[in-house]
Amino acid sequence: MSTVQNFEIYVPKLLDRREFFSAGHRACQGCGEVLALRLILKALGDDVVVSNATGCMEIISSAYPQTAWEVPYIHVAFENAGAVASGVEAALKALRRKGRIADRYVKSVAIAGDGGTVDIGFQALSGAMERGHDMVFFCLDNEAYMNTGIQRSSATPFMAATTTSPAGKVIKGQRTGKKNMPEIMVAHNIPYVATACPSYPIDLVNKVKKAKEVKGPAYIHVFSMCPTGWRSASEETIKLGRLVVETGVFPLYEVENGKYRMTMEIPKKLRPVEDYLKLQGRFRHLNPDDIEKVQALVNKEWRKLMNKVACMKPW
Amino acid sequence: MGKRIGMEVAIAASEAVALCNIDVAAVYPITPQSHMAEHLADIIHDGRIDAEFITVESEHSSISACAGASAAGARAYTATSSQGLMLMHEILPIVSAMRLPVVMGNANRAVSGPLSIWNDHSDIMPQRDSGWICMFAENGQEVVDLTIQSFKIAEHPDVMLPVVLNIDGFQLTHMIEPLEFPSQKEVNKFLPPRKPFASLHPDNPLSMGCFNTPDIYMETMKAKDTALHNSKKTIVKIWNEWGKQFGRTYRPVETYKAKGADTLIVTMGSMGETASIAVDQLRKKGISVGLVKMRLWRPFPLDELRAAIKGCKTLIVMDRAVSFGGAGGPVGTEIKSLLYHDKGRPRIVDFIMGLGGRDVTVDDFIAMVERAKKKKDETYEYYGVRE
Repeated sequence: MSTVQNFEIYVPKLLDRREFFSAGHRACQGCGEVLALRLILKALGDDVVVSNATGCMEIISSAYPQTAWEVPYIHVAFENAGAVASGVEAALKALRRKGRIADRYVKSVAIAGDGGTVDIGFQALSGAMERGHDMVFFCLDNEAYMNTGIQRSSATPFMAATTTSPAGKVIKGQRTGKKNMPEIMVAHNIPYVATACPSYPIDLVNKVKKAKEVKGPAYIHVFSMCPTGWRSASEETIKLGRLVVETGVFPLYEVENGKYRMTMEIPKKLRPVEDYLKLQGRFRHLNPDDIEKVQALVNKEWRKLMNKVACMKPW
Repeated sequence: MGKRIGMEVAIAASEAVALCNIDVAAVYPITPQSHMAEHLADIIHDGRIDAEFITVESEHSSISACAGASAAGARAYTATSSQGLMLMHEILPIVSAMRLPVVMGNANRAVSGPLSIWNDHSDIMPQRDSGWICMFAENGQEVVDLTIQSFKIAEHPDVMLPVVLNIDGFQLTHMIEPLEFPSQKEVNKFLPPRKPFASLHPDNPLSMGCFNTPDIYMETMKAKDTALHNSKKTIVKIWNEWGKQFGRTYRPVETYKAKGADTLIVTMGSMGETASIAVDQLRKKGISVGLVKMRLWRPFPLDELRAAIKGCKTLIVMDRAVSFGGAGGPVGTEIKSLLYHDKGRPRIVDFIMGLGGRDVTVDDFIAMVERAKKKKDETYEYYGVRE
């Protein structure tokens, strides 16, 4: 197991010095998703079992006979991370109760991309959350099917160009807005839902730790920058993660027992969405009118969220 | 040995699962498996066994949850039928490739469309190549015995493969039969708690389900094929062990009045019982006919089949599924292919019959034996279809 160099200088009390996702994996340069994954695993610690859906993080980490995972890890298929993690959780519970494994609390953790969460994995996730399994589900959302070559998912934002929602002469990219998965998870009445982004590492780590402490289902939607799929510069990954939050496109908040709370500073005025869009090739085809439309959508979603935050009564 | 009690076979299947002290069950209801699911829920909710019951939202998730549970070291069970098994299809070869000893009961039912809840084998046949050990039960007692044996077979260190036990929907699942249950003590002796070769736990972190590049994928496939072929030896060993402990011996291929018979009927599943009555009636008329019942479908018991049919002139294969636009029924096609090089092999007549719950009576078996006599070629034929 490798350790971070000069660890004493950096956030010594915040992060586990051990690496649970080892270096030498095959992620793209500037990948925001693998950065999120590394931080998540550090925050979770070693008493976990990870069930991973097929996708970028699986493919870059587990080419037999190699593995980047230092924690117990299973990959079965694309759409069933929620179900596999349900089985793991049930097994650990039963075996511990029956004295067949060590009397040690181990958290079942599911990790999937946006396709494995909001599209094909939706049903298995909904079932797992509804049944109340003691698990954390992480959606590492890079807003399209990047592993198969940048095809649109229902997490792809409005007007973004992908290979199946191209910027054509008649239809300019993704026709619909992003599916609001955190809201759908809140509707499952689970104890903890949060949004996070690796450009805000302390916020991300805090949320992961909180989710792990929850006895029951928890869901964290992690915005994961993807230079390859977004046609952005790999050195601007962290910047894009900051801009997406500052423009209100992806607000950082948590919903604890139904109570909404912003975990970012609420700006008096949001940064214009154009600041975020202009750094990405997937929005290159947008003209000023299109940007207006995107801005209007962002404003609307932001107001909806602010209304919920203002009404901070738990259920 | 306890005394015989009358019980519905689906319920008996779940009672047998309970005797095996499973740790996790993940079941989604589907006709005609539903009594199995319901009774298993009763057993677990009444605390008769200490297990987790996951009320999954689909069969895809039931097999996936079983995969996760089994990988974490649990003894995991699921049961399904027809569309449910079809929905599991994607995950079945993953479970076998990962060598997870999941056991599944399948209440055989026709596959849609058109929708039919009644019995045939068209649900299990598309799963033939998924790398699971695949058995057929003929009656309720076999369901009880084979269920318990399945866990021991699946978990054996020389096997480590999932097992699917086929139980004909309605025609077997919903029968009330006199059954003998082994005691808990006897089952505990036969089937100790699972000792997994490897499991998901932070005490010993490992990665399962890593993907294969072209450098290694073929080797993995051959290993799986070899493992499935090799499992037969252990299956037979465990069946003999069962025979010694409980007095009922199981074989990969069972025979009835087959020795020296000119004509042999080949069946799988519950129709064997009806066919045996037809054999008795034909024998009374002086017709030299016998019965061969395939208990194992995967691994295919070729040696045992060869021994059972030695010297027979006509082999009549009863297929309860179709390979549309192909060579006929899956069982008939496979037997033809496997015996192709055998010198003096019998003429093989393949009947497609009993689809979607169409009743196959004693008279029907007799009629098929008559028909087979007249048939000149080896092309497959539908029996009992209104033209």
